[in-house]
Amino acid sequence: MPSLGADMESAVLMEWHVKEGDAVKKGQIIAEVETSKGVIEIEVFEEGIVEKLLVTPETECSVGMPLAIIVSSSESIAQTEETKHETITKEQNLSHEERIKISPAAHKRADELGVDLNKITPLEGVIQLSQVEAVAPTKVEAPKHAEAKEGMRQAIAAAMSRSNAEIPHYYLATSINMTPALEYLQELNRERSIKERILPIALLIRAVVLSLKEVPQLNGFWQNSEMQISKEIHPGIAIALRGGGLITPALIDAQNMNLSDTMNALSELITRTRSRKLRSGEMTKQTITITNLGDLGVESVYGVIYPPQLAIVGFGAIMEKPWAEGDALCVRKVMRATLAGDHRATDGRIGALFLEKLNQYLQKPEELL
Amino acid sequence: MTKDEIKRMIIEQILEVAPDISVDEITPDGSLQRSLEIDSFDFLKILTAMHEKTGVEVPESDYAKVATLESMTGYFAAHL
Repeated sequence: MPSLGADMESAVLMEWHVKEGDAVKKGQIIAEVETSKGVIEIEVFEEGIVEKLLVTPETECSVGMPLAIIVSSSESIAQTEETKHETITKEQNLSHEERIKISPAAHKRADELGVDLNKITPLEGVIQLSQVEAVAPTKVEAPKHAEAKEGMRQAIAAAMSRSNAEIPHYYLATSINMTPALEYLQELNRERSIKERILPIALLIRAVVLSLKEVPQLNGFWQNSEMQISKEIHPGIAIALRGGGLITPALIDAQNMNLSDTMNALSELITRTRSRKLRSGEMTKQTITITNLGDLGVESVYGVIYPPQLAIVGFGAIMEKPWAEGDALCVRKVMRATLAGDHRATDGRIGALFLEKLNQYLQKPEELL
Repeated sequence: MTKDEIKRMIIEQILEVAPDISVDEITPDGSLQRSLEIDSFDFLKILTAMHEKTGVEVPESDYAKVATLESMTGYFAAHL
């Protein structure tokens, strides 16, 4: 069970997407697990053959616990023989309930409603959600929902406490004239159908990514008392959930995306986050965080770094403000961009260089395409 | 399509992106984005869905004219 966040201790394996004997490729989704942050798809990072699934669906697994054995073609048979022994004893311990075929949604519901699965005759071999609900004595939805919400609150609490206890933050802010970028975007969107429209946040993410290519010291991790700069840029995008809590899934390999790709990937990521369908890599690979509270009218965001990342970039609302240009005073659309950096890894100078690059890109939005 | 039908269609789309909102929270003249916490992403989703249903595409320059339930209803009624 991979750790899907610094604060995660365990998760429930919901469903396997592979069976024993299947060949798997790097990046393939092999399972779904349920954490306090919703259902996450687990990717595999090696090629090989699924030798053995060690865990049956609905089992709670602590972080680090083996879920399956995947044998690469070069691996010796002897090694797998050894692990087999261990798994056989595990298998013998399975209760009858765990052997019943049941859809993950039905199993979850059965748990919530306290339904005894032994009392249901599977339909075409599999117990369906509707069957579970049909035999449920009464509906008790609230406790489970409250529990999941509580889990997320605790996860955020743990990560943020650790951040404030361990990371000496420094904060920088700058006001950016967004009029050129917004005018450019308006021109661009005029030629596009409503489905292909680009939101300002996509432009901002793109500007962050390009600035990080030039100031890479803010993109990576603080681990084992040293800075590890990441070549790949996987910005974690803070996405608030209606009803409370937030998730910051990674926009994987944003360095390879153009503006349209960034918008499409963001749109897809937000949709999957809100329906709680994220992949394991998206929960673990973030190299920096971007948070945008502008939609709520906030002017400046002073972020808390998500450990072990090195920085968090904050965007406030884009507002009409008085702006001096040369010796004239005019009205421009202005946004406050902020940066919180880990002072163990970088100094204010690096942060300042980054904000200046960001500003420069937003003054020449055609370079962000 | 009557104004009432358009209004119902908009409310349906709002509830689609924000299922936790109850219908009486949607006031005719409250800003949809601010008072219902609908972000720019969800707002675009609502407009995209309305475009699919009515064929009317709201250009960005008209966003100020569709900020509330009442004004959005009026906008679509006038452009149908």
